[in-house]
This record gives sequence, C-alpha cells and structure tokens, in this order.
Amino acid sequence: MAKLITHPNMASPDDFYADLIAAHEGKSDAESEAFNARLILVLANHIGDQAVLKEALVASQ
Amino acid sequence: MFEDRYSLAFKLYPYKRSADQDADTVVRHPVVVVGGGPIGLATALDLGRQGVPVVLLDDHEGVGMGSRAICFAKRTLDIADRWGCGTAMLDKGVVWNVGRVFQDDRQVFEFNLQPEEGHANPAFINLQQPFFEKFIFEQICEEQRKGAPIEIRGKNRVDHVASFDDHVVLEVATPEGPYTLEAEWVVGCDGASSPLRGMLGLGFEGRVFEDSFLIADIKMTSDDFPTERWFWFEPYFKSGASTLLHKQPDDIWRVDFQIGWDVDRAEELKEENIRRRLDAMLGGDVEYEIVWSSIYTFQCRRMEKFRHGRVLFAGDSAHQVSPFGARGANSGIQDVDNLGWKLGLVVRGIAPEQLLDTYDDERIFAADENILNSTRATEFITPKSKVSHTFRNAVLKLAEQHAFARPMVNSGRLSVPCVYDASPLNGPDDLPDGPEQTRVGSSCKDAPLGDGFLLQQLGDDFAVLALNTEVPTSIQVGDIPVRTVAVATSDESFGALSERYLGAAKSAVYLIRPDQHVAGRWSTFDETAVHAATLKACGRD
Repeated sequence: MAKLITHPNMASPDDFYADLIAAHEGKSDAESEAFNARLILVLANHIGDQAVLKEALVASQ
Repeated sequence: MFEDRYSLAFKLYPYKRSADQDADTVVRHPVVVVGGGPIGLATALDLGRQGVPVVLLDDHEGVGMGSRAICFAKRTLDIADRWGCGTAMLDKGVVWNVGRVFQDDRQVFEFNLQPEEGHANPAFINLQQPFFEKFIFEQICEEQRKGAPIEIRGKNRVDHVASFDDHVVLEVATPEGPYTLEAEWVVGCDGASSPLRGMLGLGFEGRVFEDSFLIADIKMTSDDFPTERWFWFEPYFKSGASTLLHKQPDDIWRVDFQIGWDVDRAEELKEENIRRRLDAMLGGDVEYEIVWSSIYTFQCRRMEKFRHGRVLFAGDSAHQVSPFGARGANSGIQDVDNLGWKLGLVVRGIAPEQLLDTYDDERIFAADENILNSTRATEFITPKSKVSHTFRNAVLKLAEQHAFARPMVNSGRLSVPCVYDASPLNGPDDLPDGPEQTRVGSSCKDAPLGDGFLLQQLGDDFAVLALNTEVPTSIQVGDIPVRTVAVATSDESFGALSERYLGAAKSAVYLIRPDQHVAGRWSTFDETAVHAATLKACGRD
C-alpha cells in the first residue's frame, strides 16, 4: 500500500521554498489564498492515490 | 584633522613616520592594501609570506572594539592553518556543533554540524572578531621577523586615488600631514562603506532589508545555557521577532534580537531598555554585564566587478550579505585565499595579469551563492508578506513532527567553501568514479595523513597529490614549482583519504592550486597533462 512520504524527498528544499514564495509576489491576501487552493488541487491530482491524500490531510492537521 | 571614527580593542600599530613621507620623489610599491580589518591584514599576510612586498594603510592604529563577526568556519581555519595562525584561533575559540531551533516555547528541532571524522579543524568556532584580527596581526609580526616584506602604517588614511594603466596614485593623510604614494596594485579591503570604492565612483547596488537587529554581548557565568546555537522564531519572552543566543570565549554570550524596522536607535540602545529584553529572555534573577551593544541593519549586494584595472576589492568592500549563515568574514577570507596567490604570481612576473580576471570569475560566483543563501535565510527569518509568514510558520509547525520539513527551516545556511565548477582555470576531471566532493573546482577536503593531516602537507605552492601511483619527487613547470605528495593507501588508517580522494578508483593524481582548490585530476600521472593543467591554472594557456 502506498504511504505518505514524510522524510526529506526534495533535492533542494531551499530552491522550492524560494520559488513558492516568489510565486506569491505581488498577490493580495485573497489572491494568495486562492492560489494556494489551486496549488493543493494540482498537487493532489498528481498524487492521485486517495489513501496517501487521506494521510496527508491528517499529517497537516 | 585626524580623528578616530571608533575606539580600539587593541592598539597594534601606532603611527610612525615612514621614509616615503620624506622621499624626494614619490615611492612606488608593488602592492598597497587599503584597510586594516581582517581582510586587509590577511591579504598583507598572504602576500608577505610569498615574499611580495606589501604596504598596508589603515586610518586607525589597531583593531576596532566590538565582537562583530563571531562565527569562523572550518574553511577559514584551514586557510589560517596554511598561514600559521589557525592553532591560536582554535585554542582561543569556542568549538560548537549543536544548534537548536525554537518557536515560541517549543523546540522545533536540533541539528548537529559535527563533521565526519578525520579533519584537523571543527565545523565552526566562535571567536570575537578583534581576537581573530589580533591573531592574524601576530602572525604578520612573526613573518616580519623571518624577513617577510610587510609594512603596516597606522593612521594613514587614503583621501584620493587615481588609477592608471600600470599604476595607482594614492594621496595619504597622516597626523603629520599628507604625502603621495604609488602602487602597481591596490587591494581595497576598507569595508562595506568602502571610501576607496566611493573615490573611484564605483557602484554597490543591492537589496535593502527593512529590519533592525539589536546585538547585546553579555558576560555571564551560567550553566543553564550550553555551548550551542539557540535560535528562536517568535519567542515566548517577546524580546524580538526572532532571537539568537550563541557563546563566545571568556563567558561572553552573543544575543541578537530582531526589533523591527522603524525603531528609535538611541532609545533602544539605552542600557535599561536592553536589560528589559534580556531579563525577559533570561529570567529576572540571572546576573550579567553588557559588554558591547549595537544596532545593525543590512543589505545584500555586490560590486558588478571586483577587479577595476589595477585596483581589486575584497571582503565587505566588494560584497555584503546578511549575517545569517556567517558568510561575511568567512567569504572575505576566501577572497584573500583566492586573490593572494594570483596576485603573487602576477607581481613576480610568473603569470599574466589576466589571471586576476579569474579572481572576478570565481569570487563573483561565490558572492552570488552567498547572497542567494543569506537572502533566503533573511526571507525565512523576517517574512515580508502575510503569505510568506504563513508558510514560514507552517514549516516550523510541520518540522516538529515530520522530518521532511526540517531541511526547509532556515535560520541561516552556514558558510561552506564555494566550488568553482565553471572556472576558466579548471583542467580535466579525468578520474572515472572519483568522489564528487573532490571534483575539479572544489577545495581539498582534509584527511588524516601520517602523524598529521593532508591539508597541512599541501603547503602554499602548487601541489600534486598522488594516491597509489608513481610520481616524480619534484616537478618544475617552467618557473612554477610544484611539490608532490605521494601516498599509498595500504591500510584502513587511510580510510578517510580513500573515501574522499579515490572513491571507487584504484589510483588518482590531483593537481592542487596554492589555495588548495583542485585544478585537475586523473587516474595516473601524465607529465604532459599535469604541465598543461598547471599552466592553465596560472592563466598561461
């Protein structure tokens, strides 16, 4: 069964974090919130596996 | 008028009239260094040890007060070892490996910088900058006794500079009046607000960060705080938006509070107000003495080029970073390490002056890496938008439970040596299965060797390191001496050396530059290849 990966899994977390913050540059709070919602849906579709997504929902509580 | 801009921690080189001031014709020196901070002193030391005559001009007579830079990285200690003053620094400094990150009243996680075994130096020491400078100065005195042509002139302030194709003219103010001096080369090490840079009309553009930090160095004897780096995001004691606590020698502790952009400096620096923040943090009954305090703001920026004809800039005068990551003084020392041997070869006529353009190539690459890392740490520590703050706190919250979020916590990416991957001086990387960490362009990794360590045996000249293969006992490439170090990795005592230099390869030959960066590597010794790579590393191909 697939399992949520919670160990470090990115080659360069700093690069990702910088890109993430940069993607929000110039957005209002409402626009940022909407962007985050879209981002979650895009990533969730990429993951696909409902069991993994449920684990992610728990891990983020 | 000649007034001090700051008070001194150590008066080391009082003003003395020099013969140049009474000369009938203007005297020209091979190299003049402007500025007597750590970078200027180190430049004079590196050049003097090579036998290159150097005059250092400083507008003060010694080392300024205040701890300022306190974290000195392994690479800096390795370089200081090459100069002969690493042991003094290590003996006085506080070695630390563990860091803890807190948010509010919770520990988010801890990290251990303990390097792998088999290095002469630790990952970091904490040492007040005045001591660091004093140890470099004492090594200069030692080298002077051995005949090194280094002259330091206190209370010599450069007031005007004119740069020509083959020399530079400096107008120098002293307490006894001005005089004129010429130099074939000038190295500017006069700090972030570099007057020299201003006199040449050179820009220094970058990004201003809108936050102020209050430093309080306090003397206290306490068993409550171990020798660790403690960093709080949004601490429960509310003395700052972030707070750093770090130990220095002599029971001194560095406390650094993030206090916001729009502050009344005079008010914040009143002892009662500093004490209010400290008491909240330490608990009311801890006794301490405030030995130094300061408010700083910072920018991340660099000069477009570090070489301007006959004038070269090093350290803060060339590039400035935020303090997160200890990338200021440590990168300045790497500048000196890079420039020293190149300028030495050029002055002695062994290398063409184009070699100095590679100081630009290599150290601008390094400066950009340092600026990127320190900018990112600053964004994480002082988020500039609501969403950035939300993500920052999400990372901190997740990091308590989940390992994946811990590498995203950024309270400073600590200084590591830059790898000059794209340097025009690089020769072939022709060692199949060779370790990534010692690839061409990287600084040599230390390893135990005989009774000591590898780096101590590489010395100040070009070197060939041969493992499990034959090399001549000495090599001469034209007028460039190349020393050889041959090792047979016969038993497991060579484990670290094998892992760091052989990997899966059976044998290896490394060509190593005077700054102990790898210039080329091969499986076996090929005289023609080593000659060609040595010439290339000197800008002579």
